[in-house]
Amino acid sequence: MPAADAPPVYRLLGSRIPYVEGPLKVTGRAEYTDDIQRPGQLVGRLLRSPWPHARLRSIDTTEARALPGVAAVLTGERYPTPFGVLPITHDETAIAVGKARYIGDIVAAVAAVDERTAEEALAKIRFDVEPLPEYSDPRTGTEKVAEPIHARGLAGSNVQKEVVQHFGDVDAAFARAAHAVRVRGTFAGVTHAFTEPLATIAEATPDGRLTVWSATQVPHYLHRALSEVLGLPMHRIRVVKPEVGGGFGGKSDPLPHEIACAALALETGRPVKMLLDREDVFYTNHGRHPTFNDVRIACDADGRLLGYDIEALIEGGAWSSFGTVTTYYNGVLAMGPYRVPNFRYRGRRVYTNRPPSGAMRAHGGTNIRYSIEVALDRLAEELGVDPFDLRERNALPPNSTTVNEFRITSTSFRECLAAVRRASGWEGKWRKLPLGRGVGLGCGFYISGSNSPIHFTPKMPQSTVHLKVDMDGGIAVHSMQADIGQGSNTLLAAIVAEVLGVDLDRVHVQRVDSDVSPIDLGSYSSRVTFMMGNAARTAALQLREKIVRGAAGLLHAAPEELEVAHERIRWRRRPEEGVSFLEALHAAMENEGALTASGAYQSKPMGGTFKGARAGTAPAYSFSAYVAEVDVDLETGAYRVPKVWAAFDCGRPLNRLAVEGQIEGSIHMGLGQVMGETMSYRGARLFNPSLLEYKIPAPQQMPEVEILLVGADDPEGPFGAKEAGEGPLIATLPAVGNALYDAIGCRFTELPITPDRVVRAREQRRKEGRPWKGA
Amino acid sequence: MAESGTLRFALNGQPVTARCPDERILLDLLREDLRLTGTKRGCDLGTCGCCTVLVDGRPTLSCLTLARLAAGRSVTTIEGVGPPQRLSAVQRAFVEHGATQCGFCTPGFVLTATALLRENRAPSREEIERAISGNLCRCTGYLAIVRAIEAAARAEA
Repeated sequence: MPAADAPPVYRLLGSRIPYVEGPLKVTGRAEYTDDIQRPGQLVGRLLRSPWPHARLRSIDTTEARALPGVAAVLTGERYPTPFGVLPITHDETAIAVGKARYIGDIVAAVAAVDERTAEEALAKIRFDVEPLPEYSDPRTGTEKVAEPIHARGLAGSNVQKEVVQHFGDVDAAFARAAHAVRVRGTFAGVTHAFTEPLATIAEATPDGRLTVWSATQVPHYLHRALSEVLGLPMHRIRVVKPEVGGGFGGKSDPLPHEIACAALALETGRPVKMLLDREDVFYTNHGRHPTFNDVRIACDADGRLLGYDIEALIEGGAWSSFGTVTTYYNGVLAMGPYRVPNFRYRGRRVYTNRPPSGAMRAHGGTNIRYSIEVALDRLAEELGVDPFDLRERNALPPNSTTVNEFRITSTSFRECLAAVRRASGWEGKWRKLPLGRGVGLGCGFYISGSNSPIHFTPKMPQSTVHLKVDMDGGIAVHSMQADIGQGSNTLLAAIVAEVLGVDLDRVHVQRVDSDVSPIDLGSYSSRVTFMMGNAARTAALQLREKIVRGAAGLLHAAPEELEVAHERIRWRRRPEEGVSFLEALHAAMENEGALTASGAYQSKPMGGTFKGARAGTAPAYSFSAYVAEVDVDLETGAYRVPKVWAAFDCGRPLNRLAVEGQIEGSIHMGLGQVMGETMSYRGARLFNPSLLEYKIPAPQQMPEVEILLVGADDPEGPFGAKEAGEGPLIATLPAVGNALYDAIGCRFTELPITPDRVVRAREQRRKEGRPWKGA
Repeated sequence: MAESGTLRFALNGQPVTARCPDERILLDLLREDLRLTGTKRGCDLGTCGCCTVLVDGRPTLSCLTLARLAAGRSVTTIEGVGPPQRLSAVQRAFVEHGATQCGFCTPGFVLTATALLRENRAPSREEIERAISGNLCRCTGYLAIVRAIEAAARAEA
């Protein structure tokens, strides 16, 4: 008999549940946007600016329009309303208005009968432009400039957003510190590199409606942006999300091409498909921000952290995107997984004439985490303590509040540290492996869903799930949550099946369609499991109550005397007696026909009252501690990561297959950023806009991954769960960086850590006459 | 205007006759003309492997292949893998092991793996990694894909 406080065991949740759409995906039957073809469909094409920064004095589209087969030519003035994912920074337009702001900025759009005609038309558009000064280095954009990229830049500069925060007294903390370290990090931009290129189809119909199919992570924000820019009320626009071939944040902004495509459909009255090629996708970017950060950490003689003093200069590219959030996150996501009693932060995000940066997996929490974890590794060395001990000493306790008023409820961070220390054989490896081999520890934490729903005033639920069950006993599930491959449809179905006690194949998660899907804010901020999961659980509990009442009538029982078992409703006291799910359902339907239920989730008010206090607040946080092992070729600087031990606290893992998949995929993406991925620029020009030159790690570069899921149930998460989508990326980078130090004695503060940098760092250390591991 | 020719080849075991210009790319013929949309367009540059099909049993990037080079040959797309309404051992293993997340790269991987296991019934891990190194996956980190191919090899043994 389990103890009274032992966590419950579930029938489905907690096991390995194959993705419900798996059979469609492995047979090529899953339908992505580009697989849809509408009758009479036109081809939409975009013209991109060859100028980094230019005033568009006039655009002549006469010749392009005259070309047979051209249905519409659009320039920016036709739909000039600015939009953006954040209501406070609407500075994007579907097509450039007045100025082109980067090489790749959309300056015109064409719809034509075929691709060749569309390309020909684009080539016939004539521009009269005035070149403007080019700003490709964020460091030169912080002061007043001759021609700010946007008028809204701070005081005539290219600063899009500045955040200044101070909690406690950092100067006093550093004055009494026994030790202080400083790490100045430099991070190249990286991009999502999802495999499905961006694609949109739009169709305007004579009933005055517009339907848009798009590869998007956030159908609801797209819906809003379409409405604002096109001037149509939301109820006359229908947004459909087909299968999406990966997103990682890159499909979370409403994007200009989506709106341009819809505009072309309105102009022509015909369906228009806009499929971006891979180069277009690179120019659309919205990837992780190139960043300079400067992190100072102080502690007392016992290794207790006294304070952080952080500056970050973040390159935004041409638009705001999520940038205001990014600017906050680069500071406030330093507030875990350790207790930091004093904290000062100055962050600035600067526009440049380069492709916009935006949200990418573990948005805002990755680069700052690298610098902090490297600084802690140095601090441990100065103190002469093991890096694990330093972190254990400073772990945030459960049910605590950070100095900037984040509410921490569940944390199994200490358990993560203990598990990964043991599993990795740390004691036998750290500082004990031969020169060239080493192990390193990196830790992290991340929001399990942003507490701030971006658009909602007044506040409405962040997730809603509708259920409908008819005579056939099949349960239709509607929600605007966006499965982009992470398995949210599967989790949604599994939660409903778990609560109702039915087989998974009774539950049919419907395609996202704004006409019938109730609003969920979609896949960003690692929010779906927590928020959609709670909404689904609430809806399913309502439905269960109705079905149990039906069974109670048949069994002449009070509902509370009954319980749900597998495909049955039965007596609690006499489990052998009961009725089938269908019998109970049909009894329930005698009174009200087809049954429906609706559940919603809204996070509690949280955070302080100061400016920006909500940034980084979340109903729960994930925690992680990773150890990476590296093996460096001392001649060439090339290195391998043979193994990563990944201890992760996602509360209760609801679908182990999905959680493990997210962790392995995150490690792959994290290794990409630390080992080699770079958005490579010469001035304003992106030099590697293809998957040949922008290299993601190959199968041969993947380490063995040992996953340790040690989280305890979260008190508010659905069935105790927290996020596992973005947080698992973060610890990968510093684990590798610190392992390289253990291997060769060199600190790397510039990412990616390429072999040439490894060789140079080794030479430098040798020149300084500082041997490492006896060499 | 380019010449149009009549092209005859076997597609998923059935004879096909298609009229298309000489410069028509195989991927466009499959996706746009024949509406077999299981073959995915990921880059048009031969860099991602999403458009992989089998030509005479060999993994081939259909975005870099002229359709007319398929003349007289046998082309297998994802629609031609496995018995109707059922899954092949490779497909089943991909589902069971979570080797498909977003699924966009999956048809290419399934075809590559199918070809590998036809030639080599018990590939080593290194042989699997080499075989799939022309297919990009951004979701799984490849580990689940390798496990699935290993499992399929065992299932077919």
